[in-house]
Amino acid sequence: MNIVVLVKQVPDTWSERRLRADDSTLDRDAADAVINELDDYAIEEGLRLQEAHGGEVTIVSMGPQKAADAIRKALSMGADKAVHVTDEALRGSDGLVTSAVLASVLGRTGFDLVILGSESTDARMGTLAAMLAERLGVPQMSFASKVETDGSKITIHRQADYGYDTVEGALPAVVSVVEKINEPRYPSFKGIMAAKKKPVETLSLADLGMDASQAGLAASATQVVSFANRPPRAAGTIVTDEGDGGAKAAEFLASRKFI
Amino acid sequence: MAGVEREARDETTAALFALASQIAADELRPRAGAAEQEGRFPREVFATLGKAGLLSLPYPQELGGGGQPYEIYLQVVEELATAWLAIGLGVSVHTLTCFPIATAGTSQQQDRWLPGMLGGDQLGAYCLSEPDSGSDAAGLATRAVPDGDEFVINGVKAWTTHGGQADFYTVFARTSGEPGGPGRAQGISCFHVPAGTAGVSAAPPEHKMGVRSSATAQVRFEAARVSSRQLIGEPGRGFPIALAALDAGRLGIAACATGVAQAALDCAVGYARQRVQFGRPVIDFEGLQFMLADMATAVAAARALYLAAARRKDAGLPYGQQAAMAKLLASDTAMRVSTDAVQVLGGYGYVEDFPAERLMREAKMLQIVEGTNQIQRMVIGRQLARSA
Ligand SMILES: Cc1cc2nc3c(=O)[nH]c(=O)nc-3n(C[C@H](O)[C@H](O)[C@H](O)COP(=O)(O)OP(=O)(O)OC[C@H]3O[C@@H](n4cnc5c(N)ncnc54)[C@H](O)[C@@H]3O)c2cc1C
Repeated sequence: MNIVVLVKQVPDTWSERRLRADDSTLDRDAADAVINELDDYAIEEGLRLQEAHGGEVTIVSMGPQKAADAIRKALSMGADKAVHVTDEALRGSDGLVTSAVLASVLGRTGFDLVILGSESTDARMGTLAAMLAERLGVPQMSFASKVETDGSKITIHRQADYGYDTVEGALPAVVSVVEKINEPRYPSFKGIMAAKKKPVETLSLADLGMDASQAGLAASATQVVSFANRPPRAAGTIVTDEGDGGAKAAEFLASRKFI
Repeated sequence: MAGVEREARDETTAALFALASQIAADELRPRAGAAEQEGRFPREVFATLGKAGLLSLPYPQELGGGGQPYEIYLQVVEELATAWLAIGLGVSVHTLTCFPIATAGTSQQQDRWLPGMLGGDQLGAYCLSEPDSGSDAAGLATRAVPDGDEFVINGVKAWTTHGGQADFYTVFARTSGEPGGPGRAQGISCFHVPAGTAGVSAAPPEHKMGVRSSATAQVRFEAARVSSRQLIGEPGRGFPIALAALDAGRLGIAACATGVAQAALDCAVGYARQRVQFGRPVIDFEGLQFMLADMATAVAAARALYLAAARRKDAGLPYGQQAAMAKLLASDTAMRVSTDAVQVLGGYGYVEDFPAERLMREAKMLQIVEGTNQIQRMVIGRQLARSA
C-alpha cells in the first residue's frame, strides 16, 4: 500500500509563541520547532498499516528549511522516504493554499491512503483533511480513533462527543487521526542512523508547476487583520467560607459556564 | 527544565541526545518518585529503552550494538540517570554484563549470545560480589567444577543488581584454588548463565536505603550446570575480565553520579529562585547563591572528568586510573551536591514532597558500588606508586 503521511513542523506548545509584528504571521524563529503532536500519531498509524499490509510510507511536509528536522524524525521512526516542499514564497500560506500545494505533491507521489493529524497545534484550523479530500476527489475519513482496511475498503471509528460513528469508504482516501488512535513509538537509534540514508526530495513551487502568485500570504483567502496579546491574568476571586462556601463556589463556576 | 546542553558533533548524535531526553522527560521523570516509593522494578521501561536501541549503544554494530564511543554513550546514561537513577544504573549494569562476551568471547559465543543480549529484549546482571567477598573480590568462593563437557556451579552471589529480574547472569566463579590461598585470582573463571538454568534462583530483593526501584538481590547457584561453551575466555582468566569490565563500568557509574548531582542542582536552583524569605527569592542571598555556585561548579567538573576518561578509552589509551578518578569525584560530588540541595530546600528538603532527600539517599549508593571510593583511591594510588 502506498501510504503518505503529512507532517508539519510547529512551534513547541511549551515555549512562548508570538505573531510577527510586520505581517501578523506566526514567528517561526521565536520558538523551538517540533513535530506537530498529532502527526506522531499519524506516522505511527501509517507505520502500523504498512507493517500489516506492506508497501511504503512517504512523509510529505511543507515548511521552511528547518522543517527538515521534523522530516528526519519521521524517517527515524521508520518511514521510507520523504518529500519536502520548501519555498520562500510559501510563507504565510493559509489552509486553502496549503491544501492546493499538498494536493499537487500528492498528485506526483500517488497514494492509496493519506494520513494526517486532525489539527496542528499552531493554527488549529482542523480543515486540511476536508480541503485535501475535496481537491483530490476522494473520501474524507476524519477524526479517526481507529482505522481498518483490507486494501480496497477502509473503515474508521470517527471520534465524537457521544462516542464514535463507524464510517466506511473506498480507497484511495484521506484519513485524519485523533490522539486516541494509538501510542506513537519513539525513534530507535538504528532508525536514526538509517534515516540519514533515506531519500528526501526537496521541491520548490516551480517544481510543482506553481508560481509565487499562487502561494503565500497574498494568495491566501484568509489573513490575520489584527491581533491582541492575551490579557494579563486577572487577580483571582477569593470566596470566604461562611458556611455557604460550597454554594458560592458553585455560583462562580456556573457564572463562567463551567457547570 | 531546559536540561543540560550537550555538544553533538553531528546530526545523528544530536538526534540520539534528543531521543534520550525525550524518553527521560516522557517515560522516566513522571514515574521515578512513585516507583521509588513503591520499590517496584520497572521492567517495561527497559523494554522501551531496548526498542529505542539504548541498551547496546557502546558495542560494535557488527555485534548488534549502536557503535557509539563511550563519550556519547555515557552522556545518554547521564541523561537517563538525571531523571531516574535506577534506570541509568540499569543501563550501565546491563552494558557491564555484556562486556565479557563482547570483548573476550569467541566469535561462536558472540554469534550465539550477543544478538539477544544486545537486541533490547534482554536484561543482564553481573555476579561478582559475595556475602564474604566485596572489595576483596578475588576472594570469591563460588565454585564451578568441571564435569565432562559441563561445569557445575555452587555458591551465593550478593548484591546482584537485577537479581531475580535478569534474563542472564554474567558469573565469576572459582575453577581452581582457594579463596584465601596463593594465586587465588588465577583460579577465577567467567560464565554466561541464562536465568532459566536449573539451580539458579534469586532471594527476595534487599530493602535498600534508596534506589529501591532497582532490584538488588542475592543469587544462589545450587548445582547449576552450564556447558563449557558458556565459559567466557580461558579458564582461570576470569578475574582480569572482571576488572576490565569494571574499569568500563565505573565510567557508567560516574555518568550516573553526575546525573544525580545534576538533578539535585536543578531541584535546588529551581526552588531557590521561587522561595521567598525576607521579601526576596532566597537565591538572591549571597550565602545561598555561593553554595549553588559551588554545586554547579562541582557538577561541571564531574562531567568534564568522566568525559576526559571516556575520550582516553575511545582513543584506545589506558584509562583505568582515570575511570577510578571519575567514579570517585562524580560520586563524592553527587553526595555533597545532593546533601547541599536538601539544605537549600530547608524543611522542604527533608520531606518526600521534593526529590532532594531521595537524591541524597541515591547518591550514597554510588560511593559504594563497583568498588567503594576507598578502593578507587587504592586503584589511583597504586598507579602513582607504580609509575616512574
Ligand atoms: C545497591 C548495590 C548494588 C550492587 N550491585 C552489584 C552488582 O550488580 N554486582 C556485584 O557483583 N556487586 C554489586 N554490589 C556490591 C558492591 O560492589 C560491594 O558492596 C562493594 O564492592 C563493597 O563490598 P562490601 O559491601 O562487601 O564491603 P567491604 O568490602 O566489606 O568493605 C567494608 C568497608 O571497608 C572498606 N575497605 C575494604 N577494603 C579496604 C581497603 N583495602 N582499604 C581501605 N578500605 C577498605 C570499604 O571501602 C568499606 O568502607 C552492589 C552493592 C550495592 C549496595
